[in-house]
Amino acid sequence: MAEFCMPVLGADMDEGTVVEWLVKPGDEVHKGDVIAVIDTAKSAIEVESFSAGTVDQLVVGVGQTVPVGTVLAIIAAPGGERAEPVIAAAKKERRPRPAARAEQPAPPAPAPRPVTPVLRHRAHELGIDLATVHGTGAAGAITRADVEHAAAELHPAAAPSPTVAGQKRPRSRPRPGGLRVTPLARRIAHELGVDLAEVTGTGPEGAIREADVRLAQTASKPAAAEVAAAPAARSAADRTQSMRQAIARLMARSKREIPHYYVSNTADMTRAMSWLHNRNRELEVSQRLVPAAMLLKATALAARQVPQLNGYWTDDAFRPADAVHLGVAISLRGGGLLTPAIHDAADLELAELMAKMRDLVTRARGGRLRGSELTDATITVTNLGDQGVESVYGVIYPPQVALVGIGRVIERPVAVGGLVGARPVVVTTLAADHRATDGYTGARYLTALSDLLQRPEEL
Amino acid sequence: MTGAEIVKTTYREAMRAAIREAMQRDDRVFLMGEDVGRYGGCFAVSMGLLEEFGSERIRDTPLSESAFVGAGIGAAMAGMRPIVEIMTVNFSLLALDQIMNNAATLLHMSGGQCSVPLVIRMTTGAGRQVAAQHSHSLEGWYTHIPGIKVLAPATLEDARGMLWTALQDPDPVLIFEHGSLYNLQGTLPADAGAVDIRAAAVRRAGTDITLITYGGTLGTTLTAADALAAEGIDAEVIDLRSLRPLDDKTITGSVAKTHRVVIVDEGWRTGSLAAEVSARIMEQAFWDLDAPVERVCGAEVPMPYPRHLEQAALPQAEAIAAAARQAVG
Amino acid sequence: MNRTAAKSAPPEAAHRRDLLRQMLLIRTFEDKCVELYSAGEIRGFVHLYIGEEAVATGVNQALTADDSIVSTYREHGHALARGMPLDSLMAEMFGKTTGCSRGRGGSMHLFDVSRRFYGGNAIVGGGLPLAVGVALADKLRGDQRVTACFFGDGAVAEGEFHECMNLAALWQLPVLFCCENNLYAMGTALERAQAQTDLALRAGSYGMPAWPVDGMDALAVEHAARSAAEAIREGGGPHFLELRTYRFRAHSMYDPELYRDKAEVEEWKKRDPIDLLAARMRDSGELSDADFQAMSDELTGEIDKAITAARAAPAEPVEDLTRFVYSPEQTS
Repeated sequence: MAEFCMPVLGADMDEGTVVEWLVKPGDEVHKGDVIAVIDTAKSAIEVESFSAGTVDQLVVGVGQTVPVGTVLAIIAAPGGERAEPVIAAAKKERRPRPAARAEQPAPPAPAPRPVTPVLRHRAHELGIDLATVHGTGAAGAITRADVEHAAAELHPAAAPSPTVAGQKRPRSRPRPGGLRVTPLARRIAHELGVDLAEVTGTGPEGAIREADVRLAQTASKPAAAEVAAAPAARSAADRTQSMRQAIARLMARSKREIPHYYVSNTADMTRAMSWLHNRNRELEVSQRLVPAAMLLKATALAARQVPQLNGYWTDDAFRPADAVHLGVAISLRGGGLLTPAIHDAADLELAELMAKMRDLVTRARGGRLRGSELTDATITVTNLGDQGVESVYGVIYPPQVALVGIGRVIERPVAVGGLVGARPVVVTTLAADHRATDGYTGARYLTALSDLLQRPEEL
Repeated sequence: MTGAEIVKTTYREAMRAAIREAMQRDDRVFLMGEDVGRYGGCFAVSMGLLEEFGSERIRDTPLSESAFVGAGIGAAMAGMRPIVEIMTVNFSLLALDQIMNNAATLLHMSGGQCSVPLVIRMTTGAGRQVAAQHSHSLEGWYTHIPGIKVLAPATLEDARGMLWTALQDPDPVLIFEHGSLYNLQGTLPADAGAVDIRAAAVRRAGTDITLITYGGTLGTTLTAADALAAEGIDAEVIDLRSLRPLDDKTITGSVAKTHRVVIVDEGWRTGSLAAEVSARIMEQAFWDLDAPVERVCGAEVPMPYPRHLEQAALPQAEAIAAAARQAVG
Repeated sequence: MNRTAAKSAPPEAAHRRDLLRQMLLIRTFEDKCVELYSAGEIRGFVHLYIGEEAVATGVNQALTADDSIVSTYREHGHALARGMPLDSLMAEMFGKTTGCSRGRGGSMHLFDVSRRFYGGNAIVGGGLPLAVGVALADKLRGDQRVTACFFGDGAVAEGEFHECMNLAALWQLPVLFCCENNLYAMGTALERAQAQTDLALRAGSYGMPAWPVDGMDALAVEHAARSAAEAIREGGGPHFLELRTYRFRAHSMYDPELYRDKAEVEEWKKRDPIDLLAARMRDSGELSDADFQAMSDELTGEIDKAITAARAAPAEPVEDLTRFVYSPEQTS
């Protein structure tokens, strides 16, 4: 016996309709004889038999539509032989698919009802299984009201408020009402454990950007757990308190982990002050240079000359930085301290350096520093000269390995060539990480700094 | 590299030197296209080569883009290393069947048997007031097609060096030469030669924002970067060089540093290469973005003839700088 | 220019038997394809050559192993005539790794570069520029090769046809253009698509020798192809043969054939190229019915073996999906 099956009559044919049988049971057919007319979605086509024999049975009647591969007729081999063609044998192996389809014209499973992606998402948010929702829309379609209704039944206390799903959401997820946060800021906030609700955005239309998060982190508690413990909005005093705690943690860690050593040097500022005086005579008042600019530039250049102090101690090794980003300690009016970096400070003209310094102070105090400025410093300087102190010994900012202290430029009696005279001097100090360097290197650094101040025209 | 003599040259001369070198180094290389021989090339790139190499290897073709581009594909398939020149990218559409249905597919539909080591060069871009059928930047279209590689030399070095590398490639390579670049002057080492064609190049390092471009708009973009520097915005400029495949690593590496991006593309904005680059940044560097990706593209209009309208339709330095300011905020 | 069908030279009886066997192989192979397609084992588009076997068989007699072929999507006959192994062709129909194009081409894209068979090209007219290019490469290298380029009457309406006729004639390239005029571009009859239906005349206008040939007569086709190929090898530039033939089946597998009369099909079937040659051989006592049956059975057996092998052959792993888009990375 051979089966005559619904043939594939084109690349896009899935099913066909028997339009006409050109044979009846008992008829003899030859290979190649046209025995039926099949209607595809495109046209009616005469189809041929690939077997020879006698028509035994017509299985599918005229007008019936069946998937390709469905048996349409049985053809008995001539002389009763079972001359099953190669093709038919192979076809059987792959028949389950069309056969299965033929057996289930109307699947008993619940017919999928149309659900929009938005609703699907909403149901997921609310923890609702759509299969359990009764659709009241057209043709049984599930509407938004159906989903909300189902949610209300499931969570009578909270639904349909979106807070039902609140626990599952990442904390940084924007709330209804719209919190604008850049992806980077969102990522950094997650990494640092900063609650975005507590961050003030400075981007377009109040968008929170990376710098806003970093500033908030510096100005508040860095630990996520503590943020979670104090979720309420905080007053300025609270913020100051938070910053105090952050400084406390960082400095305590520094003193705990870093074996500090200290050296100091008194540098003669005669040439430097005289050069500055002459230079300023050529400049308008608004552009006049201050001694601090010279000192910062010399500090940065010296760090380049002694690279062992410019970089980070991480993973039990010193990693030199490839540029000098000079961290500058800036005290805030309400208390507290920030140390933003002046990028590539050793390459800046004095005027540029001064402008950057002023800009940093303004923005630090206005809370508008960029993230990279708060994290990039490779060595830090603290200058308390304008507060009147003669020398300052600082605490290193981990993972940096050195902190330079600069005191006030002050006139002191100094003996030069056996004669005592009044000369301007400044006390420079260095606190350095003994894991990274030894006192010898520290001494070289301060000497280099002092030498640089003797050649002010090169700064 | 040796301390070779530095010579003055132009983009056009660099391209010609590249063709000459290829012809000298490999007998299988020949150049064919409309008016490449006796006329000297529509843009004078091949001037003098007919006299040097003869009419068998510098072949003037009839105006039949499909036939001669297809012939290039057939010859490449049969072992030659043809350089086919199409006068402008707009004319290449007459050969699109051959490029898309043959050059790009033969290797795959032959199950790896038929490689097509062909180089197709063509002029692209606007800026010369040649209106709506000679001015478009359609290289973005070609980047849609798997099976071909797309290059855009924007510098003298790349004009000189990309061709040989492209000819060594076993697969078809399209080289888009922006029409405004042929007169670009500069210097090159006398022994300048082949360059890598896989990586994008950072043409200017910066930390605040990444400006991504290629080909004819590289100069405009660098001008914008200078203007931004004066305002204290330190822009990094990436020259894509290879438009397909794209060097994702250089792009995302820069974004990881600057967190802000402007893409500059002379092509029309909708469905553009700029859109593709933007999508990849979203896919691969989303969590590094601190501002939405900005695009500065050609206006969506067939190119008008008058100069003021043409300029208005093209990416200008001020628009690039404005987009950068917007991103930096 | 000789504008009449070339007179058939009487080749040896053994040669006639070879031609018959070749045509029968193509016919049997494609009959099997119909069955396999109907059963859903072969998918996609399958364009059958049934009725046109004399063309591929005859032209191939004029080609050597060094010559090249660029073909169309109706190329089973050309591939079989070229001697591509049955197993690799059947496996390609099944989309298997052992197929001549690793299963990635299917019926329309049969390739065998080792036999200089540059593919089934499924864009009408799209293969002509390739053939011109292959011939250009041969000419530039000084190789005395011929490139046989097959295409249908439909291609004559394409711009690429005219560009290529001009370019090949202008550059005197060694191309044998073989236009298989089966009178229909899919469902559009020649006279409904072409203002001048004498296709050889049109090719001749480009300045190349061109003549019509009875495409149902394998011996006539062979004779014409040999004359043309010889002239091409002697530097005569491109030649054009309009091979007048007919496809007995639908454009692709099945169609309702609304565009032609059944009577017309039956009329052409009376000139079935296999029957035509077999009858001539019977008349001269070279072939008995038993011989023919034995030949047919033997070929059926070979093809059944190829089908069995193709079914058992491995499919390309999905992980390799994007292979062969670009050549493997060069290491040096």
